[in-house]
Amino acid sequence: MLTAIIALSLLAIAFGLLLGFAAVRYKVKSNPVVDQIDALLPQTQCGQCTYPGCRPYAEAIAKEEADINQCPPGGEATILALADLLGKDPKPLNEKNGAHAEKTVVYIDEKVCIGCTLCIQACPVDAILGAAKQMHTVIASECTGCDLCIPPCPVDCIHVIPAVEEKDKVSVKVPFAPLLFTEPNA
Amino acid sequence: MKAIIEQAKHHFHGGLSLDGHKQLSMQHAISAALIPDTLTVPLLQHIGRPATAIVKIGEQVLKGQCIACIKDDKNTVTAAMHAPSSGKVVAIEHCAIPGMLKQSVDCIMIQTDGEDRWHPEIQPIAEPFNLTRDDLKQAILEAGIVGMGGAGFPTHLKLVQEKPVETLIINAAECEPYITCDAQLIQEQAEKIIKGIQFILHALNINHCFIGIENNKPDAIQALRQAIESIEQPPTKQQCFIKIVQLPTRYPAGGEKQLIQAITGKQIPINKLPRDLGIIGHNIATTFAVANAILEGKPLIERVVTITGDNIAQPQNKWVMLGTNMQQLLDTCGYQKKSNDEVIMGGPMMGAHLDSADYPVIKTTNCVLVKTKPIQTTSLPCIRCGECARVCPANLLPQQLYWFVRSKDFDRVQDYQIFSCIECGCCDYVCPSHIPLVQFYRYAKSEIWNQEADKEKSDHARQRHEFRQLRIERKKKEDAERKAKKKAMLNKKQGIDTSAEDAKKSAIEAALKRVKSRQTEQSAVAKNTDNLTEQQQQKIAEVEQRRKNKTRQNNNE
Repeated sequence: MLTAIIALSLLAIAFGLLLGFAAVRYKVKSNPVVDQIDALLPQTQCGQCTYPGCRPYAEAIAKEEADINQCPPGGEATILALADLLGKDPKPLNEKNGAHAEKTVVYIDEKVCIGCTLCIQACPVDAILGAAKQMHTVIASECTGCDLCIPPCPVDCIHVIPAVEEKDKVSVKVPFAPLLFTEPNA
Repeated sequence: MKAIIEQAKHHFHGGLSLDGHKQLSMQHAISAALIPDTLTVPLLQHIGRPATAIVKIGEQVLKGQCIACIKDDKNTVTAAMHAPSSGKVVAIEHCAIPGMLKQSVDCIMIQTDGEDRWHPEIQPIAEPFNLTRDDLKQAILEAGIVGMGGAGFPTHLKLVQEKPVETLIINAAECEPYITCDAQLIQEQAEKIIKGIQFILHALNINHCFIGIENNKPDAIQALRQAIESIEQPPTKQQCFIKIVQLPTRYPAGGEKQLIQAITGKQIPINKLPRDLGIIGHNIATTFAVANAILEGKPLIERVVTITGDNIAQPQNKWVMLGTNMQQLLDTCGYQKKSNDEVIMGGPMMGAHLDSADYPVIKTTNCVLVKTKPIQTTSLPCIRCGECARVCPANLLPQQLYWFVRSKDFDRVQDYQIFSCIECGCCDYVCPSHIPLVQFYRYAKSEIWNQEADKEKSDHARQRHEFRQLRIERKKKEDAERKAKKKAMLNKKQGIDTSAEDAKKSAIEAALKRVKSRQTEQSAVAKNTDNLTEQQQQKIAEVEQRRKNKTRQNNNE
């Protein structure tokens, strides 16, 4: 009887220590689900989901504070991926957040630009090049098309144009009507 | 050399027996190339990156002169372009090129002068078998030769291999209906083709090769046999063996993986290339181009094109200069346009359906086919008959793929190996519900590629965003630190002043304190009427009365 108790207690202590050590040694610093969600988001940092960037939105989804259908740049593909990851039912994009559109980038009309640097401060991915009272320009390959630079511009010299790679993209016509959110009419 | 002819010992899964329609265009010998007024030479006529133009607008060019070359590393997947005829470069502009992908690239427009003068540097290579393998590769690179079967992979990249190559397979199957350009080229130029094969064998440093050819081309087989027997062994150490393998006429016997399986019995594993198994495949028209480049020094500037199909009065095979307009080509063959005609580059099964004939002929154009569009049948629901899986030469499950593509489950689509699909169209052909299956697979492939590209871009954006946040944080911290440091420095510098200031401050504070305490004292003095005895109160009242009386008297007076 006593031996059994002692043996079991020793075992419990030993495993407790082992688990404690493992918990410290292999501690996961951030919530892995957040990273996984963040990896699926398009990283435009546009804030259309009402959160100040993709990672905050990912954190909100992980805490179940936000729904999975608030990301217009990601569109259906992102919703499906998130639904798949989180084991939820996919749903159509929330219209309050905006509509899914073709990818765009911005273009600064260099004749009009006064070099105020406001757009540089607004750009979440450092895609605008320039200095105070110098002409600014957008590095098109780095631009995510978040349009955050447009409201601060005092002279409205920033225009939205279709993304370059969008033109060269190999796209095959969808051979069928999108089935996912509509009843199949077959 | 001794010719060996044998039947294929193996076979591939699935496939179809189709009506060949090959006699249509085999009636006459290959007719010589015409010189069109303008030539449109696209800088991308192959798989890979466009070549870099090295001529300027207004420049005179001679036939065979290099007009676009490989600027970067020699291992880049690209090929050089040459002027198909002499003339003047009139423009370099963005034009649509024929193909599945509907791309548009820069094209060099040449206004021909009709003289067709060769560039003086076009000379045959003397003693080609004494060349080193790298020199041979260089010669083929400079000739701008690409795979002429349809895919257009630059040939020089398939010549010298890091891994040892054991087997060379020459693809002469030409399994698609209507197309006869390779068969007729073999009939007319078999000797040159065999010489081309000898050069490729020399470049690969191996001594045997198989020519895979469908058994519906007895004339071509005969021509090959005679050529092999009449040609001497090359003056190299090794002896060459060229074996002709007859394949049953079954589409798609000319698919690279299917051909290799039929000839060697080896299946190419998923995500592997034939070269991983020590096998290299070349198209038979490519070997002719190689022979031309080495024996005569001529770069790839013209090719045999089959012009055939409905409403064409004289279907035929023609030598065509690269860059010739397809419409012009059709017109010379007596084409009467009908409203519901469709122009296809390639065969009816795998060819690219073009929206018009206003495209240039490129290096991979083996056939210009005109077909009457079938009456559009709406596709019916899948009845799960499984016929598509029976005919699939890639051993896939087309039906399962179809369902996954419909539900946009691209992970599962990839699990079911969509990238092994060669888009041969067999499943389409047999589907009783007329479902455009290949269209679905192309859609899925492009969607997967686009998603991968988006993922890469978003990862990049994330990195940049995170770095920006880090930078802003760091700047804030650094600013705060700098401020604190500066203040401390200032204080240290004006050390005495500070103490005087402090004294002043404390003096003011002390004064303020004093005033405050005095005020409180004064208010305490005023409050001495509390706690008085009765006598004192009476005395005060008397005094008050007296004062009042006195003021009244004063008022009366």
